[in-house]
Amino acid sequence: MRMSKLAQAIRDAAKKLLEEKKVDLVVGFAKGSLPLRSTPCFIRKPEEAAALTWDYTCENNLANYLRKREGKVAVVAKGCDARSIVTLIQENQINRDNLYVIGVPCSGMIDRFKVEEAVDGREVLEVEDKGDALVLKGKGFAREVKLSDLCHDTCKVCRHGNPVIYDMLAGEPVPAKPEDTFADVAAFEALSPAERRAALAAEFSRCIRCYACRNACPMCYCTECFVDCSTPVWIKKTPDVDDNIMFQAGRVFHSAGRCADCGACDRACPMGINLRGMTRKMVKEVKELFGHEAGVSLDEKPALSEFKADDPQPFLVKE
Amino acid sequence: MIIAKNDLPGLLDKLMSEYEVYAPVKEGAYSLYKKIKSGSEACFGYVNSKIPPKGVLFPQSEKLFCYNMTGEGAKLEECIDSGKKVVFGIRPCDAKSLLLLDNVFNNDKFRDPYYLTRRENTLLVGMACLEPAGTCFCTSMGTGPFDKAGLDIMLTDIGDAYLVEPVSEKGGALAAGLGLSAAGEEQKAAAAKARDSAEVACRVNIEGLKARLDANFYDPIWERFHEKCLGCAACTYSCPTCHCFDIVDEAVDCNGCRVRNWDSCMFPLFTLHGSGHNPRPGGKERMRQRVMHKFKYFVDNFNATACVGCGRCIKNCPVNLDIREILADIQGEGRSDK
Repeated sequence: MRMSKLAQAIRDAAKKLLEEKKVDLVVGFAKGSLPLRSTPCFIRKPEEAAALTWDYTCENNLANYLRKREGKVAVVAKGCDARSIVTLIQENQINRDNLYVIGVPCSGMIDRFKVEEAVDGREVLEVEDKGDALVLKGKGFAREVKLSDLCHDTCKVCRHGNPVIYDMLAGEPVPAKPEDTFADVAAFEALSPAERRAALAAEFSRCIRCYACRNACPMCYCTECFVDCSTPVWIKKTPDVDDNIMFQAGRVFHSAGRCADCGACDRACPMGINLRGMTRKMVKEVKELFGHEAGVSLDEKPALSEFKADDPQPFLVKE
Repeated sequence: MIIAKNDLPGLLDKLMSEYEVYAPVKEGAYSLYKKIKSGSEACFGYVNSKIPPKGVLFPQSEKLFCYNMTGEGAKLEECIDSGKKVVFGIRPCDAKSLLLLDNVFNNDKFRDPYYLTRRENTLLVGMACLEPAGTCFCTSMGTGPFDKAGLDIMLTDIGDAYLVEPVSEKGGALAAGLGLSAAGEEQKAAAAKARDSAEVACRVNIEGLKARLDANFYDPIWERFHEKCLGCAACTYSCPTCHCFDIVDEAVDCNGCRVRNWDSCMFPLFTLHGSGHNPRPGGKERMRQRVMHKFKYFVDNFNATACVGCGRCIKNCPVNLDIREILADIQGEGRSDK
């Protein structure tokens, strides 16, 4: 289904929900202020529903806005948002009875850094949509790039484009994709410890500790983040490579079995750091050790909330 | 004066024998100002850097002094950086931001020796903006693509060379020592033509904004702006005028340093009191603070707006929260919560 039709379906649904007073608020996306950007929006009146949109730029994970909400809320949820919602319901952060999920089958989001690279850092001022390709236009250039070449790496391997829970589905389900082979993580694992360290240091030397990654993550909701704790000081305030890695490692460990591999952290990073390298390593570990994928089913207990006598423990003793 | 583009790496190498030279360096898809080790590292085909060069004078993290506790008492070592520096290729908006920061670090009440020593020893070689970005609104903020304010030398790209114009006395002395040839009338005309063709299309109306902010602290308008804000520091850390900092001691056993780090008003920890009370407990208060500080408090304190219209906060925001829309909304010109 065309993006414009999907957007219309979302608008119609939101308007109806608000008119019939089934919800007080619809959290969705509106057109952004820049080319290839959309922006989260909060619709409270039926006549404002016209602002809602949908396309391959709706990159934020809207589950982030749903924790501990008052009143009835509807949310526009793509596959990964829905998985985060499932986990947040399991963690008592969202009351399912007060949530209406407008599910949107998703074929993937655009990676803004890939766009920038495609035009060599020049500014894109206008975009022409040719269906399976985009023409990126700026001062003195026009570059046609296949949509698949701009697709975020997370989305390329995502097997859950179709929301796992929804109250209504806008559009037709997207075709199933083959099993994720975690080739990127395997390539990292194949490196020597020194090489791994160097690779991480190269990425995290660019971190400015703006915490956009943490704050963009629906699962990061501690009242006090460990990085902000002053007694004891877990990591220094000064951004240095070791503490930057420590921060990410802490974040990743804390989201073990909870991370839906949505890539919101990676997309939020203004410095273009490859955060998925670490998050996906954990996703792979949890899947291999416990056969668990976060947020795929409401009935399945999160990996860290369940104990089985025969849980594998190769990290403790040889099995 | 004039310098051929081919000769620029050599000129930077020459400067490096006397100065630490900071210049835009390509980092994947974006540029960052970095201390270069070779003139060929510098890359001037950028609109603007990802993070402003304010960090050369006001680093994200700087040691103020180091201490060592011994049996005889405490030994202190102050860390004043008095190295001679050149920021080469700084955009006029970023140079203007340093003039604004001067107000903060050098005023009747405070003189910050760390910043001021660096400032005194740093030359700013500007690069005129011939292709401002769509997110640039510098001309609405009292500066512009060819503003020489705060610069020591201004360069203008004229194709295969740069026109070199000394601005300050220090800049004149530096330029005179570089052995550059004089610019011909044709080259001066080329620079003038290049300037005429550059355009900052985006305008932001701040007329009367201060008066509105003086009166709207309790306005319900603040309830909406922050709603999509994640509360990260992508905006403040990429802002050339943001200057809030936090001072901490980082010590192991008896050895330590007092360190000053950038801080951000968007963080919950920013105003958290020792008692546990936080006068800015939520996104609403924090967003209001950011806007108020730039467009009201700074005006109250220094009679200047703490924004140069570089557009970085717009580009770097993970949720596309656009300061231009917030300002328009406050001015009653539109809604920003779309």
